[in-house]
Amino acid sequence: MSATAVGTRSGLRVPGWAAPAGIAVLFVAGYLVFRGAGTLPHDDDAPQFLAITDLREWVDDNKNASPVFLYFINYIRLFVGAIFVALQSALHGLGWPGLIGLMAGLGWLAGGWRIGLLGAAGFASFGVLGVWESSVDTLALVGTAVLLSLVIGLPLGVWAGRSPRLRRALNPVLDIMQIMPTFAYLAPMVLFFQIGAPAGAIATMIYAIPPAIRITALAIEQVSPVAVEASASLGATSWQTLRKVHLPLARSTMTLAVNQTIMMALSMVVIANLISAPGLGSDIIRGLSRQNVGIMLPAGLAIVVMAVVLDRTTMAAAHRRAHERTARWRWPVAAGLVAGGVALTYALPPAFPGQWVLPMGGPVNDAVRWAEVNWYDATEAIKNVTSEALLNPLQGLLTSAPWWLVAAAVLLLAWWSSGIRPALTALGCLLAIALLGLWEHSMVTLTMVVVAVLAVLVIGLVLGVAAARSARYSAVQRPLLDAAQTMPSFVYLLPALALFGPTKFTAIFASVIYAAPPVIRLVEQGIRAVPHPVVEAALSAGSTPGQLLRKVQLPMARQAILLAANQGIVLTLAMVVLGALVGGGALGYDVVSGFSQRTDFGMGFAAGVAIVLLGIMLDRITQGADRRSSPHQRNSV
Amino acid sequence: MGVSPDSTAIEVEGLWKIFGPTAEKVLRCDDRFLEPAALREKTGCTAAVRDVSFTVRPGEVFVVMGLSGSGKSTLVRCLTRLIEPSAGVIRIGGEDVGQASPARLRDLRRHRVSMVFQHFGLLPHRRVIDNVGYGLEIQGVGRAARHARAGEILSLVGLDGHADAYPDQLSGGMQQRVGLARALAVDPEVMLFDEPFSALDPLIRRDMQAEVIRLHREVGKTMVFITHDLSEALKLGERIAIMRAGSIVQLGTPEELVGAPADDYVADFVRDVPRSHVLTLRWICRPPEPGEPLDGPELPASTVIKDAVAVASATSRPIRVVDEGEPAGVVDRVDLLTFLSGQDTDQQAVQATT
Ligand SMILES: Nc1ncnc2c1ncn2[C@@H]1O[C@H](COP(=O)(O)OP(=O)(O)OP(=O)(O)O)[C@@H](O)[C@H]1O
Ligand SMILES: [Mg+2]
Repeated sequence: MSATAVGTRSGLRVPGWAAPAGIAVLFVAGYLVFRGAGTLPHDDDAPQFLAITDLREWVDDNKNASPVFLYFINYIRLFVGAIFVALQSALHGLGWPGLIGLMAGLGWLAGGWRIGLLGAAGFASFGVLGVWESSVDTLALVGTAVLLSLVIGLPLGVWAGRSPRLRRALNPVLDIMQIMPTFAYLAPMVLFFQIGAPAGAIATMIYAIPPAIRITALAIEQVSPVAVEASASLGATSWQTLRKVHLPLARSTMTLAVNQTIMMALSMVVIANLISAPGLGSDIIRGLSRQNVGIMLPAGLAIVVMAVVLDRTTMAAAHRRAHERTARWRWPVAAGLVAGGVALTYALPPAFPGQWVLPMGGPVNDAVRWAEVNWYDATEAIKNVTSEALLNPLQGLLTSAPWWLVAAAVLLLAWWSSGIRPALTALGCLLAIALLGLWEHSMVTLTMVVVAVLAVLVIGLVLGVAAARSARYSAVQRPLLDAAQTMPSFVYLLPALALFGPTKFTAIFASVIYAAPPVIRLVEQGIRAVPHPVVEAALSAGSTPGQLLRKVQLPMARQAILLAANQGIVLTLAMVVLGALVGGGALGYDVVSGFSQRTDFGMGFAAGVAIVLLGIMLDRITQGADRRSSPHQRNSV
Repeated sequence: MGVSPDSTAIEVEGLWKIFGPTAEKVLRCDDRFLEPAALREKTGCTAAVRDVSFTVRPGEVFVVMGLSGSGKSTLVRCLTRLIEPSAGVIRIGGEDVGQASPARLRDLRRHRVSMVFQHFGLLPHRRVIDNVGYGLEIQGVGRAARHARAGEILSLVGLDGHADAYPDQLSGGMQQRVGLARALAVDPEVMLFDEPFSALDPLIRRDMQAEVIRLHREVGKTMVFITHDLSEALKLGERIAIMRAGSIVQLGTPEELVGAPADDYVADFVRDVPRSHVLTLRWICRPPEPGEPLDGPELPASTVIKDAVAVASATSRPIRVVDEGEPAGVVDRVDLLTFLSGQDTDQQAVQATT
């Protein structure tokens, strides 16, 4: 833009790339001159951190004197704790045969014998994997969080669906909640609710509630306005219309809200184990800290199985036709399954029989060792090339450049891609990070995110384009993507760790495979959404498939691709931080050590905030690009 | 024809509806008389209904027609305040709707006025019988009574045997019969139809129009019928109001509209109507000239001109036209031919311009 302005004023022909190139040269020169000066090196005992640590001590000390805690926060903690304990003891009380029977019955109700069988087999596998007790704890924690999310989220969603004003007020809040990486919730939770199950459940709830609200609101909004009007024209009160029109018509979409809430809760619940909530996560964290894949794998598998079972069950419930004729023996069979399970509880031993447990630890660790030995060359080569060629130079650049140069670069980049207001927000985030005392670690994390996002985008474009152009390939890929998207983020750390050992690259690898599926899907959808007549016109003009892709499909799918990049960034950021547990270091590591060491609490807390700021900054840089040409696009979900 | 106030079913006076952020302000100043486009330009508001007044007699079929966007739907929704009117008075059966409390308004909608919608508005999760019984359910009528009544109404609209189907298992025409049955089930005094048949294909539409005419004969409800289809309007309407940009430009019997269009807009509407099918002898009869023989055949003034042609061709005498026993004038072959040829030139003119 500025290039043309300059060109007309001076009467000279300045090519369009001149201004960006000039700016780039300026930055390079600035870097070469000022390199090493104006950096903000990390200090574990920065005064900001100490102040926050002191704040926590102060809160801890004065907890029982403050009315806010005495009469409010402590009660919330007790209340949530009570729900958790009740659920936990109920589930344990059912006994393992009883719980398997219950899941079979629910599955049967939701989707017939297939889903019932899946439920029974899935839950039985918890026992076979040898993690029955932790699985039940995780279920109880998920159950508590989901229950709270739904009790709060569904009514709020219904309300928001009927009141555009509330919707507008909620939207930005939910936006922020969704781009906040999971880790960020934990530190404030600890501050208010101490460590343990209640804090874990509440953190999980906060993470899981946005889809409950959003999808419910959407479901209510989508209810046919004609049906609503018809109801009003017959003199229905608004409560009658809600009960008899809105809710039944929104039912199946609202089931989807439940499904999403459960899936979100499941992916968060493991992370909640970092603040000492019980469950499968503690096995995973133990395994991660000892780099022992054999300990992690059963727990990881159990989580995946739990996710699949709960996902398929709720999806089946959502897709049941609204007025399917219900067989008369639907309920009796369900009741029979549950009763049968409970009856078996009395006949069978109370704990899952040891001889049925599959011993996994040894063989798995052997396999991992085998892979380490035999694939060493290949994995090492990938790791080293990426590290040497991309990771280290970029990290070196960002950490050795003066902070103001980086800030100026971010400002210009965001300005160019999104406009002045997002650019100022991005700049503000960056400056706040500097003030928090986490500049260096943030730059390291930023490096990892950038590298991971680049990889995700390349993979997403290649596979997405392939899927869009070949129906057969798409049919093969789709179930894989479906499966990948139901898996909680933690699970991706396992193969990464098994293949590459604990390094930064491992964290990047995990986040790439975590973030790739949605990106692939968005790209595919974007290209497929190009109107058929346009494609036909291009083909009839004699375009080759390559020309069609470059000149028609990719440009027209620009929106979708930018959205994909945006999604990729949000997901990658969440995962790169998680990668601290497999050697990712930097901000993620600060957060984790903040939980494990009381004296590091301040740093952990600040790192959590810095991650959020980094997320907002990246979001602003990319989001504007797709908002610019279509302001309405993001309103839909 | 002296309508006494207590015999009006619906009375609308000075009704306005303005959509937009500054509707109130617009209404209070002269802006409201601006043309719609100019108004939107100036204030961002849309005047959907502008100073509309009319009355509907009990048992009458009153048709409102106009092009898309002329404010018909808004008008009919204002009648029961499904859309809140901006100004004006509406009385239904003598009761001031505008002043009604929410409870009175619900009562009105539950028992006295019901509506049939263009896109049916059926509840897909309920069986046909429960859709028809919905209005009664809202009123708190018990299940058995509801189903009995709904069954009755279903056979009235010709849907026997479909009580247990779900709406998506029915064709469009059948779905609209369900919509009709739902409106009939509460036994209202007034039925409002908002383009109920425009989503149906022509053959089914014709069936449904016949159905409405039959129902009107059998149950004798007051009906306000919205349509943008002139032939539908002429077929159903005892009186027709033509709307344009929110105002009524002409209100009259089909004959009056076709015979004496108030302006070019109305004339345009009725141009393709074969006038001889709508106009009656009343329109062309003249006083007998001195010495004209008055022993020809006698026809009532309400005879459609098309039907008089056959009579005229059988006799050389002028036809005597009588209106309720009183002689109204005469019509001879020349008059008829002149009328018909005038119509012909009209049509040629139309063809020439298109
Ligand atoms: N809720 C609303 N908000 C703003 N403007 C509206 C609203 N509803 C209707 N309008 C405007 O009022 C005018 C009249 O609309 P209305 O739906 O009454 O027309 P109509 O005659 O029923 O048209 P159609 O034959 O297409 O149904 C239109 O210009 C429309 O854009
Ligand atoms: Mg309409």
